[in-house]
Order: sequence, then structure tokens, then C-alpha cells
Amino acid sequence: MEPFLQVKNLSHIYSVGTPFEHVALKDVSFCVERGEFVGVIGHTGSGKSTLMQHLNSLLKPTAGEILLDGRNIWSDKKYTRQCRFRVGLVFQYPEYQLFEETVYKDIAFGPKNMGLPSEEIDRRVREAAQIVGLSETQLEVSPFDLSGGQKRRVAIAGVIAMEPEILILDEPTAGLDPEGREDILKKIDNYRQLKGATIMMVSHSMGDVARFAQRLLVMNDATLAMDAAPIEVFQHAQQLLDMGLDIPQVTRVFLQLQNMGLPVQQVYTMEQAVGELRRLKEGNAHA
Amino acid sequence: MLKDITLGQYFPGNSLIHRLDPRTKLIALIVYIVALFTAGSWLSYAIAIAFLVSCVAISKIPVKAFVRGMKPLMMILIFTGLLNLFFTGGERVLVQFWRITITLEGVFRAIFMVVRILMLISATFLLTYTTSPISLTDGLESLLNPLKKIHLPVHELAMMMCIALRFIPTLIEETDKIISAQKARGADFENGNLLQRVKALIPILVPLFISAFRRADELATAMECRCYQGGDGRTKMKLLRFRRFDYVTFLLLCALLAAVILVASWGL
Repeated sequence: MEPFLQVKNLSHIYSVGTPFEHVALKDVSFCVERGEFVGVIGHTGSGKSTLMQHLNSLLKPTAGEILLDGRNIWSDKKYTRQCRFRVGLVFQYPEYQLFEETVYKDIAFGPKNMGLPSEEIDRRVREAAQIVGLSETQLEVSPFDLSGGQKRRVAIAGVIAMEPEILILDEPTAGLDPEGREDILKKIDNYRQLKGATIMMVSHSMGDVARFAQRLLVMNDATLAMDAAPIEVFQHAQQLLDMGLDIPQVTRVFLQLQNMGLPVQQVYTMEQAVGELRRLKEGNAHA
Repeated sequence: MLKDITLGQYFPGNSLIHRLDPRTKLIALIVYIVALFTAGSWLSYAIAIAFLVSCVAISKIPVKAFVRGMKPLMMILIFTGLLNLFFTGGERVLVQFWRITITLEGVFRAIFMVVRILMLISATFLLTYTTSPISLTDGLESLLNPLKKIHLPVHELAMMMCIALRFIPTLIEETDKIISAQKARGADFENGNLLQRVKALIPILVPLFISAFRRADELATAMECRCYQGGDGRTKMKLLRFRRFDYVTFLLLCALLAAVILVASWGL
């Protein structure tokens, strides 16, 4: 069967033919299936954001192609526009793009552009608001009267209301407090489970991607350096550190424990760490 | 797309023109404009063009930069040219059809007007290409200083101009980002009639204004934190001083103006 989304030998060069020429992506290939939660990590300037903008057909590849359902998203104009609705993109700090008088109208902007009937728009706006945790009364206030975290929710709801099959988020938790981060990540994962959608999330927080992503794409210097499950990626701790990336704190602690000769397995979330330590303690008690 | 705007862009360099005192350059621009408007004959225009071309050559700014900056003004140039071509009366009629007459005087006038605008813009570009925004505003402030006597807030005006210039690239970048984000939500800026296109700008303009106000607010706070309180008692790190080459430039400017006026009065 064809993969749902396939990126084939994608390259992108900015400002071709000028002194400012800059290679942002070099021969990147990968596939994504329906319902997956994929984390995208990489240091600043590694090409993550450029890659994400390609998936939403905001940028045209210099070379290579992107196939959605086996069809090139640039094959014809109509399909490109259709793909833009099927792949939702939430930019960094999306709250700076709010512009409508009420939260309701702002969330409705995307569905309206899709040309949906008004009852359908209404249903989607209310559902999206519910998914991100906005109350009915908040729908009627001005988005500019909300707190930073609430504004972020409105902006994410604005994309969710388009019911994209692939939801791409560029650092959705940047600048939020720990509680807000956790909450937003859970809401995003809820959307995935509710709609069977694919999530691709760019993040700098290894802890966040480790907990939610089933697969990690590691970008380094315009190329795709790794494409594997988090547990495998974090095995290459030194390599990640060389790329200027971090590994989750618990992983680091457990690596050290392994180095000290304790018979522990590699972990990357707090729950796994607790389980692993408990196992170790019980093992000791039996001995 | 928006990144192509070269308005007020500064090309760092170390040519004689770059090293001129900004005040000299500002005065030179004014004198040059006066000379351009006094010029009215082939020879006087030739002198004015030769002067600017040699300045550009000395500055080592690529001619491409001037051509690129000229592009957005193409419509104005064409419009001016055509208006002068069609609506100048004269005796020596070249072409006549329907209600339009083209006279030799009209052709000359059209050429002169277009050349005049081209030179005017190029001279202004030369000033902004070779002068950093900071020294430009410093120069302006210093030139306008006498107006403080009549309680004109010269320092404040210069500071405002400096900040405005500084934030042009930032705002352009911001606009690009907002356009991408709204496009991702299906906004369509390319299709539709005029009214629809104007309406399509709202999702860009509102966030842009909000962010501009936010930035202004943050900048004001940051300046106050560093005890900024306007121009009173404020000293400068770089004091402006006329050097020998500045005086030479003034002499050259006088020569240019004299030459153009003389040539114009002889009617050559």
C-alpha cells in the first residue's frame, strides 16, 4: 500500500542565483502514516521549519517531491489548495496571527475559507473550541482580552477547525508554563485519537517529544540525520549532543546509572523510569 | 517577495562617499536637486548626469542596486513620460492622429522629465546606500539644530526617524510570517475582485498593527529602563566633524551649481 504522506528526495535552496543562496534542505526522504504522532527535532537553522512549510505547500521544493495519497501535491493548482486544507500548519507563536473581533469568528476563518456551509462551520468551531479546552462563553469575547496561553489555544483551534488529516505544529508549547505545556500537548494528542489524524510536532523540548511521539525525525544541517522510535534515537545520546541537541533528563540519569554498572534499561519518560527503578528495587529485595 | 524592497537599505563600505560627513551628503543632495531643477538644456543635464555617475563610480555601489530600487517606480516614470509626451504644446508637430498630437517639444520635455526623476531618485538612493540610518539621523539632527530655538523637537524627530528606519526590515519579516500563517488557514490573496482583495488584507493588517504597537510599547519600556529622557544633556559617542574632503565636496557642489546655472542662462 502507498504511504499516506511521502517526502521524496526533497531539497530546498533559498534565493537561488544570488549571493544570499542558502541550502535549507538537502535530499530529505521519509514517510508518515495515518494516526502517527511524529516528533521533529533539530537545532535552530537545521531546516525543520522549512520542511514543515513544504508539507503545507507554502514553499515549493527546489528538487524532489511530496506525495499525499500517492499524488504530488504540486501536480495541479486545485490539488495544491486541497492539500493545504488537508495538512494544517500551526506556526510558532500562532497567537500573533489572531485578528477577528471574537474568538468564534477567528476560529471560523479557516473553515470559511474552505467554503463550508454555515451549519458545518458552526459545528467545527464548537468542536475545535471544545478540543482545545475553550468554554462556550469564551467564544464570544475578543481574542485580545485572553491570556497568552488562552490565545495560543484559540490559534490552534483555528487550524483544528479545518479538521486537517495531518496537523503540523511548530513549537506549540514555546513560552508557556509547565502546566500549560502539558495541557496543550494532551489536547493535541486528544485530537489525534479523536479524528485518527497524524500529528507532526516540532519541538526543542526532548521531554515533550519523548512522551508523546511514537517516532522522531532528527534534522541536522539541512539533512535528515535519524528517523526512528524515541528509544532508539536516545540510544545515540552522544551523537545528539554533538548535533547541539539535548536528551531528556531521565535518559541522561539512566545513562549514567548504566555507566555505573547498574542493570537498568534505557528509559526516556518519567513513568518508565519509575517502573524501571521499582523493578530494580524488587530484584534487589529478592536477591 | 517583500524582501525585494530596498528602501533605505545601507550598503556598508569604505569609499570616499561612505566616509563623507552625513551633513555634507544631505546638503549635497539638496544642492543637487536644486541643480537638477535649474537645468533645462541638453548640456546642463549632461553635466548633472556626469556628476552623479562619477559619484556612483566612486561609491563602488553596484549599478544593479539602483536598477532594482527603481523597479517599483517604473509606473510613475512611464506615466510622467507619457503625460509630457502627449500634452505638451509646440510648433514642430511630429505625429498627429485622432485628438493626439506629438510635438518635438513634447518628446524633449518627456525625456527631460523622466531623466530628472531618474537622477533625483538615484541621488537619493546614493545617500541612503552609503549612509547608515544612524549617521543619517545624526546628520539630520545636527542640521536641524538651529530650529530648536523656535521650540521644534529636533532630537525627538530624529529619534523617531531612526527608529522607523530601524524597524522597516523587522516589519517586513513579520509581514511575511503573517502572510504565510494566514495562507496556511486558506486565505487567498491572489484571486477575486478588488473589494475581495482589499478585504483579504484585513487578516494581515490587524495582526501587523497589533505587533507594531506591542513592539513600540516594549521599546519604550526598554528605553525608559535605560533612563532615556529625550535630547537634553545627551552626549554623542561619535561627534560629527567636517574633514578636508567635506570642504572639497562643498567646492565641487558650488562648481556644479554655477556650471548648471551658467549653461542654463546661456540657453545652451
